[in-house]
This record gives sequence, structure tokens and C-alpha cells, in this order.
Amino acid sequence: MAERLLEIRNLTAGFLSEQGIVKATDRVTLSLDKGQTLCLVGESGSGKSVTSLAVMRLLEFAGGIILDGSIRFHGEDLMKKNQDELTRIRGNKLAMIFQDPMSALNPVFTIGDQIAESLQLHQKKKKKEAWSKAVDLLRLVGIPAPETRARQYPHELSGGMCQRVVIAIALACNPELLIADEPTTALDVTVQAQILDLLQRLKQEFGMSILLITHDMGVAAEMADRIAVMYAGIIAEEGTVAEIFDNPSHPYTIGLLKSIPGFEGERGEELYTIKGTIPSINQLPDGCRFHPRCPHVMSRCREEEPPLLAINADHHAACWLHEETAAAGQRVGVSAWKAKQSRTEVKRA
Amino acid sequence: MSAPYLLEIRNVKKYFPIQMGLLGRVVGHVKAIDGLSLGIRKGETFGLVGESGCGKSTLGRVILKLQQATEGDVLFEERNVGQLKPNELRRLRQEMQIIFQDPFGSLNPRFLVKDIIGEPIRVHLRASAKELDKRVVELMELVGLDASRRNRYPHEFSGGQRQRIGIARAIALNPKFIVADEAVSALDVSVQSQVLNLLVKLQKELGLTYLFIAHGLNVVRHISDRVGVMYLGKLVEVADTEALFAAPMHPYTAALLSAIPRPTPHNKQERIILQGDVPSPANPPSGCRFHPRCPIARDKCRQEEPLLLPLSEGRQVACHYPLV
Repeated sequence: MAERLLEIRNLTAGFLSEQGIVKATDRVTLSLDKGQTLCLVGESGSGKSVTSLAVMRLLEFAGGIILDGSIRFHGEDLMKKNQDELTRIRGNKLAMIFQDPMSALNPVFTIGDQIAESLQLHQKKKKKEAWSKAVDLLRLVGIPAPETRARQYPHELSGGMCQRVVIAIALACNPELLIADEPTTALDVTVQAQILDLLQRLKQEFGMSILLITHDMGVAAEMADRIAVMYAGIIAEEGTVAEIFDNPSHPYTIGLLKSIPGFEGERGEELYTIKGTIPSINQLPDGCRFHPRCPHVMSRCREEEPPLLAINADHHAACWLHEETAAAGQRVGVSAWKAKQSRTEVKRA
Repeated sequence: MSAPYLLEIRNVKKYFPIQMGLLGRVVGHVKAIDGLSLGIRKGETFGLVGESGCGKSTLGRVILKLQQATEGDVLFEERNVGQLKPNELRRLRQEMQIIFQDPFGSLNPRFLVKDIIGEPIRVHLRASAKELDKRVVELMELVGLDASRRNRYPHEFSGGQRQRIGIARAIALNPKFIVADEAVSALDVSVQSQVLNLLVKLQKELGLTYLFIAHGLNVVRHISDRVGVMYLGKLVEVADTEALFAAPMHPYTAALLSAIPRPTPHNKQERIILQGDVPSPANPPSGCRFHPRCPIARDKCRQEEPLLLPLSEGRQVACHYPLV
């Protein structure tokens, strides 16, 4: 059994607004083992970034509050730590990379200085030593001519290069957990391929765990060991990458996968769509949050919110459709889901 | 076999001057489009792909004459767009429209939705208030918006709905040709598929021709009949969609296609990882512009620039050593 590195339990976080508390995440429970990659996928406003900021305890600085729950990193509860203690962990054992590399870097310092800063702070390295380590790190993340580049400013580098620098900063103190919030969204596909390749290589080399936040199912398929799908602040479905793609069990996940235009199959056919739009977090529907958009909606869905039910030991979905299987402890296969789907299609026809 | 071209672009160039110093001396040019020829047939969707900075948006703007081409001609129904008089150009604008990428920046926040959609009609046609209102209702229903919300402001709509407002505005004058500049790139997947279906539906109902500019290749594959791949201001490959995706012939197209992460965890394909970044269009490399990043570049590529030549039926490739 692999070692548990991060354990989030019932994390409820949000923002204070004029109308009261708005919950951006609601009882989010997640765990991540050492050396694994967990992808948090979902559309905008689903609470992915709030979850990641809460783990870093940076949410407080973004105007948010953590209302409830625990975040255990290496068995220690990060919720019980004060900001001084957190400063020693952040950027050291717990590092983060952001979506927009240009604004994550300070424009008035050279990139070498910015990498060396975290080494001087966390590892008490002398300036010269830190600088040479910074150059090594730039080489590690694949920046050509690192000695020259280290003396340059962020504006002299391209977007892809800047993202490599941000990764170098995050890696400076050999973090055990790297949180990457949409690290390639702002980049072109060919550069995205380079960065994803780099992250995979670093993960293998250093045994790092990665919490990757993305809206792109393709990126998740490529990178993840496990996937958690978020919808309107809750975990809708969670499981291994194979389970999520082969046996998607929450109607939202199924809809999401079906609405991506593919590379195989007939072109020009009408795309599958999930009707309606994502609800705003301050006007959530009663019962299951997905019920107004769900093709399988039952009367119970309108009243009661489903908990995460076990499909099997490695796969959970928050949907009432799976209550029987969860209760019986059986495995629902693709065939069972397809049977269910064709039944509803017949009904609609 | 080929239908006549609705739009033809002949050797178009668009250079932006780089100015320096107090006197604004021109020290160089950013060659956003550097000699590009292309024909778009009536009723088809032509997809244009490429990475940021390759000139695809500039091309869309040059076609609509939102920006003046430095050199070359744009012909719309055999009329030269560049040589039209202002009043003729104004009339032409009824026939060519654009949908922008950003559903937030492209709608005036101080206008009511009915005024946004009705504005092209007010500018170009004479219509009574009643007729205008009727047309706005009709347009909103056509794009799937609740017409009773026409007296609201754009901020009261979601991203996908705003994009529909932008689409309603673009089709308000019954144009023949629409440039969709990254029209679905800013939208979430579940909303993106709704808007894509809408664009296809409108094309069928109104007989539209699209120039569909995007960087999301799966979206382009879905919607386009033909695809052009741009790199640093030039077309490197033009082909029918199926042929292009089945067997790319330019090494850049091949790398671009292989770089997209696909939602199929079991059959991960071998990725071609390109080295380095896209060079600056102010100072493009000698010979073939792709040679510094090309995995199969040879000496000839460094010296001689390949031309976009027809290789087979409906297929043009600009490469000395095309992949088979």
C-alpha cells in the first residue's frame, strides 16, 4: 500500500459576500498517495482552484475562508497551523505553479534571483551557492544557456520559458507535493506538450506527487493516475483514470466526455450537449446539483443530495443511480450503464 | 468539381512597422502575414489553425478590411475589397461579418441586448422601431436565446449566452460570409458543444460560409470541410479535413496533431515534441521558416524557402520533404 501524502476531508470553503456566505466547495474529500498524480477536472466555477488554494492555505489571501474540514499533509493538519509555520512548508515541501506564468513572476527581479530566493529562505543557502543551484535548476527544466538566462528578466522570455522558470522555482526545494493549477492553459499545444512531458519526467525522477488542476479531459487522460470530477463545488465522481474513462458513472462525467469533439468517428454529426448551464454557486438547485441538467433525473434527485456512492473500491460517484450497486457492494460494468442508458433513451423516444 | 470561390486571397501581406525612438523611426517589420493565397468556396467551412502569433487573426481582419493589407488582394465575389470606395465597402460589410473570441469584451456593457443585436440593422437598413424589434426577437429565437430578455444588459447573461448574442449580431444582416475568430475557445466544454451545434445549424439554414479560426484542433476537425495550417505568417498545408487528420504531410502539421492530449488513456500515441518556441515574426529564420524546430530538416531547408505546391487532389503542402 502506497503512503498517503495528502488527505482532504470535508473541505468546505468559500467567500463572504453581501448575501452571506457563498460556498465554492462543499464537503470535498480527496486523497493523494506518494508519487501519484491526481487530476481535478471540471468547468469554470466548479471549485477546482478554490480547493487548490485552500490546500496551500492561500485562500485567506485571495479573500476566501475555509469554513470546515481538515487538510492533512504527511499526517499533519494544515488547518491547525499558523501562517508562520505555513511559510516554512509552502515553497518547501509543498509548492505550486499557476496558470499565468507571466504574472506569477516578479518583473523587476532576474529569474535567477527569483529561483535563488526560495533556496536562501528555506535551505539557508549562501547567495553564491543558491545562484549556482538556480542555474542547475534552469538546466533541469530544459532552458538552453541557463547561465545567461538566469541574468535575464521575465519579459525577455517567452510564455513557455516563463512556465519552465515557475516550475524551476517550485522544484527548488524538492517538494513532495506539487500543485499545478492549469499549468498549460495559457500555452500553445506544442509548448503544452513540452511542459507536460517535463512534469512527467520530473515526477518519475523525484518521486513527486502532483495535484493537477485542469479543464481539459485530454490533459487529465495523459497525466493522471486518479481523476476527481468537480461540479458546482462538489466531487461528482472520483476514481482511477481507467475507471473514469471506461466506466464513467456520473451523468455529468458521461455528458462531459460525450460533448468533446473527438478525433475518431464521424465528423460533422451533431455534438452531444448537456442542456442548460452551470448553476451559479449562490443559486444552487435543491437536491442533486446536477438534476436540472440531468437526462436521468428522478423525483428523489430533486429533493435529496446524493453522497459519494461506491461503484467499486476504486471508483465513487455522487449519483442516486448507483445506490443499489453501492448497497449491494457490486460492481457496475459498462454494460450495466449502457443498459440503463438505452432504457432511458427508449423512454424519451 | 470545385464550386466557385466566394472569397479569394491573393498573395496577401500584412506588415506592422516596429518604431523606435523619439522620431518613431521604422527599424523593422513584424511580418504577421507574409505572402498568403487562399480560396474559400461558397457554403464551406474553412478551418484555420496555428499557434498564437502565426497571423491567423490578422488574416481574418485583413479579409474584412478591418485592417488594410500591406500588399496583395482580397476578392469577395470577384470584387476587390481593397479598392472599394467607402460607401461600397459599407455595403459589402452587410455581407461579411465577424464573431469575436471574447464574449465579455466584444459586447458593449452599456447597451441593452436588443440594441446590440439591432445595431447592424440600424446602421445599414431603414427599419421602423416595430420592425427592428420584430427582427431582434426573431434573431434571438434563432440563436436559442429567450427573447423576453432583450431588455437586459450583457452582464446578466452567461458566457455561452453572450456568445450567442455575438452570433445573433453577426447574422442580423443575413451575411454570406462569417469570420469566426476563436468563437468557442473561451467557452467550457459543455457550452462549447452547444455553440458549435448552433453554428452548424445556422450554416445549414442560412447558407453561410465560415472562416473558422481556432487553435483547438478537435473543434476544427469537427466543424471544417477544409483546413489550412499556418506557421509564422504562411500557410504550410491546406487539405480536406479528413485527409489532413488521417495523414498530415507537413512535419509541423504532424507535430501539431500529435501534441494534442486526447481523452483516451489507453492508446496513448507517440508524441512528437518540438524543440524551442515559435520564432519571432519580426525576424523569421532563413529558408523554410520551420527548419529550426523541424525534426527532419536538411541543408536545403536552411537555404531555400519551400513554396505551397499542390501535391494531390485538393492538397497543398509547403515542404521540400513532405511526409507520405
